[in-house]
Amino acid sequence: MKSPNVYDVYDINSMLSDEEKQVRDSIREFVRNEAVPIFRDYFREGKFPEQLIKPLGELGVLGANLDGYGCPGLNNVAYGLIMQELEYCDSGLRSFASVQGALVMYPIYAFGSEEQKQKYLPKLATGEYIGCFGLTEPDYGSNPGGMITRAEKVAGGYKLNGRKMWITNASLADVAVVWAKLDGVVRGFLVEKGTPGFQPRPMHGKLSLRASDTSEILLDDCIVPEDAILPGSDGLKSPLSCLTQARYGIAWGVIGAAIASFEESLEYAKGRVMFDRPIAGYQLTQNKFAYMMTEITKMQLLVLQLGRLKDAGTMHHAQVSLAKRNNCEHALNIARMSREILGANGIMDDYVSMRHANNLETVKTYEGTHEIHTLVLGQLATGIAAFS
Amino acid sequence: MKIAILLKQVPVKDATLKIDGNGTWIDESDLQFEINESDHFGLEEALRLKEKHGGEVVVVTMGPERVREAIKQALAKGADRAIYINDSEVSTPDPQVHARILAAALKDEGFDLILSGLQSDDYGYGQTGVLVAAELGMAHATLVMETDVQDGKIKVKRELESGWFQYVELPLPAVLTIQSGLNQIRYATIKGIMAAKRKEIREVSPTELGIDAAELQGGAFALEKVYVPQKTKETAVLEGDAKEIVSALVDKLKNEAKVL
Repeated sequence: MKSPNVYDVYDINSMLSDEEKQVRDSIREFVRNEAVPIFRDYFREGKFPEQLIKPLGELGVLGANLDGYGCPGLNNVAYGLIMQELEYCDSGLRSFASVQGALVMYPIYAFGSEEQKQKYLPKLATGEYIGCFGLTEPDYGSNPGGMITRAEKVAGGYKLNGRKMWITNASLADVAVVWAKLDGVVRGFLVEKGTPGFQPRPMHGKLSLRASDTSEILLDDCIVPEDAILPGSDGLKSPLSCLTQARYGIAWGVIGAAIASFEESLEYAKGRVMFDRPIAGYQLTQNKFAYMMTEITKMQLLVLQLGRLKDAGTMHHAQVSLAKRNNCEHALNIARMSREILGANGIMDDYVSMRHANNLETVKTYEGTHEIHTLVLGQLATGIAAFS
Repeated sequence: MKIAILLKQVPVKDATLKIDGNGTWIDESDLQFEINESDHFGLEEALRLKEKHGGEVVVVTMGPERVREAIKQALAKGADRAIYINDSEVSTPDPQVHARILAAALKDEGFDLILSGLQSDDYGYGQTGVLVAAELGMAHATLVMETDVQDGKIKVKRELESGWFQYVELPLPAVLTIQSGLNQIRYATIKGIMAAKRKEIREVSPTELGIDAAELQGGAFALEKVYVPQKTKETAVLEGDAKEIVSALVDKLKNEAKVL
C-alpha cells in the first residue's frame, strides 16, 4: 500500500472535482510565485502589498463564489480552497480577499439595489475598487447590537455619526460598508472615500497581521446620499450573515497557515542534527508531528463537508462556528509548535511559523472570538443562550 | 490566424525518479506531471499571437489518459479546443514515428502556425517540432525567442550560442520550436477554468489517423537501458616527506586529473 501524503493523509484531494483542483492549483502557483517571496518584507514594514490586488482581481479571486456582475460563480469548496492557498502565504493576504468578497461584495450582492450592484460589484471584482466593512466599535466587539453609530434621515440623504475600530482595509478603501442604527434598526450604508466626515485612520503597533491594513473610522456628521443605504439590510442579522460568509472562508484559510508551518518545521527537523541524530528522530518531536497531521486532517474533513453543505444550501451558522473555532485553535497550536521545533531560528522572520502564529492570534479572535463561538455551540447543545 | 500548439506532459521538475522494472524507462506510477516547460512558453506565445491577430489556438497532445490534465490546463489558459491522441497503441520512443502521428492529426486542419517547445524535459530529443515540419513540408525555425507575424510571413528571433541572435523570415504556414523564457506565462483564471469545461477535446488514436499499426510498435531504434549515473569517489592519502608528497601530487594532477 502506498504511503499517504503527509499533508493530505486522508487523500481529500480525491474527493475534489477536477475544477476544484484546477482552481486550487492555479491560485497555489500564483501565491507561491508572486506573494510568498515578498510577504516577509511587507510584514516587517507593516504594509499590505497593494500591487497584488489587481492580479488577484484578474484571477477572479475577489468575490469568487458570487455569480454575475463580473464574478465567476464558483462553488464554495473551490472558494474555500482559494482561501487556504492565500493563507498559506499570510493571514493578511487571505483577510484582504475575505473582506473584499465576503464582507463588502456579499452585502452589496445580498442587500443592495440593482443600481448599487451594477455600480460597485464589477469594480470590486477586478480590484479597481477596494472595500471595507465597518461594524465593530471600540466598546462593541462581541456585542455589535449595542453599537453607538447612528444614522439620521436628513434632506437628500442620511447623516452618520460614530466610530468604528479594527476595520481591515479601511485606509485603502474606495467604498466602506458602514453599519449604523437608523431609528433603532441596524442598516448598511455605502460610504465612498472622500465623503466629508468619513475619516479612516490606520492603527499602529500591531504585533499580528502586520501585512494588512487595520484602521479606525471616524464618522463625523458624514452625509451620504439617499441611494447609499442598502435597501435590503434589516437589523443585526444582515451584518451577521456577512460574518457567516467570512468565517466560512477563515475556517478554510487557517488550514493553509497550518500546512505552511507544518511543512517548514518538518523539513527543518529532518535536516537539523542534534546529538548525532536529526531532531525529527526524537519522540518529543514526532509527538508534535503526529498532532499536526491529525489535526490538519480533521480540519480538512470538517471544511470539506461544511462546503458541501453550503453548496447544498443547508449550512447553519452554528456549523460555521464549529469549524471556525476548531480550525483557528488548532492552526494556532500547530504554528506555535512549529516555531518550537525551529528552536531559536524560529524567532527570526526568515521562517514563517512564528509569523503565522502571530497572525493566527488575530484570526482566532476576529469575526467571532473563540469564546463567542464556544457559546454559540453551547446554545446549540443546550438550547440556552449564555449571552443575550 | 489558426495556431496549433504541440504540448507534452512530463514529470515535474523536482520529481524523485526511479528506474522501472525493465530498466528501459522511469517508473511513472507515483509521479506527478506538468506541462513540458518550453511547450508551456509555446502555449503562451500562441495565446498572445491569437490575442493580437485573432483566430484560434488548438492544443495537440499525445500521451496516456493522464495528459488530459495538461490539456485542461491549456484550455483554462485560453486555448479554444484540443486534439488528444491516445498513445496506448504506441510502444516506440522513436520521435520520427511520433512526428508522423502528430503530422497526421495536423495535416487537414490548415494551421497557419504550428508551435512546439524546443525539446521535452523527459526524452529531450529536440526533434518533434522539426520532424513535424518535414512531414508536413513546412518551413521551420528552432530556438525561437521572439515572433512577429507580418502579411503572410513571420519574422523570428533565434537564439544562437554565446549571446548571439539571428533574425529569420519564414513564409506561412510554418513550424516554430520555442525556447523557454521568451514570454511570461499567465496563470489560469477562475473564469478560464470554468469556461474550459465547455471546450472540445477530440480524442483520436494513431490508427484512426491512418498510421500503420506495425510502425507504432517498431520505429528506427529502441531504448536499451536507462540507468542512474554511478557516483565514484576515491580518496588517496599521499605519504612520505614534503618533497615526495609534492612530486606525487604533481604527478596525479598531471596524469590523472589532467589539470596541469
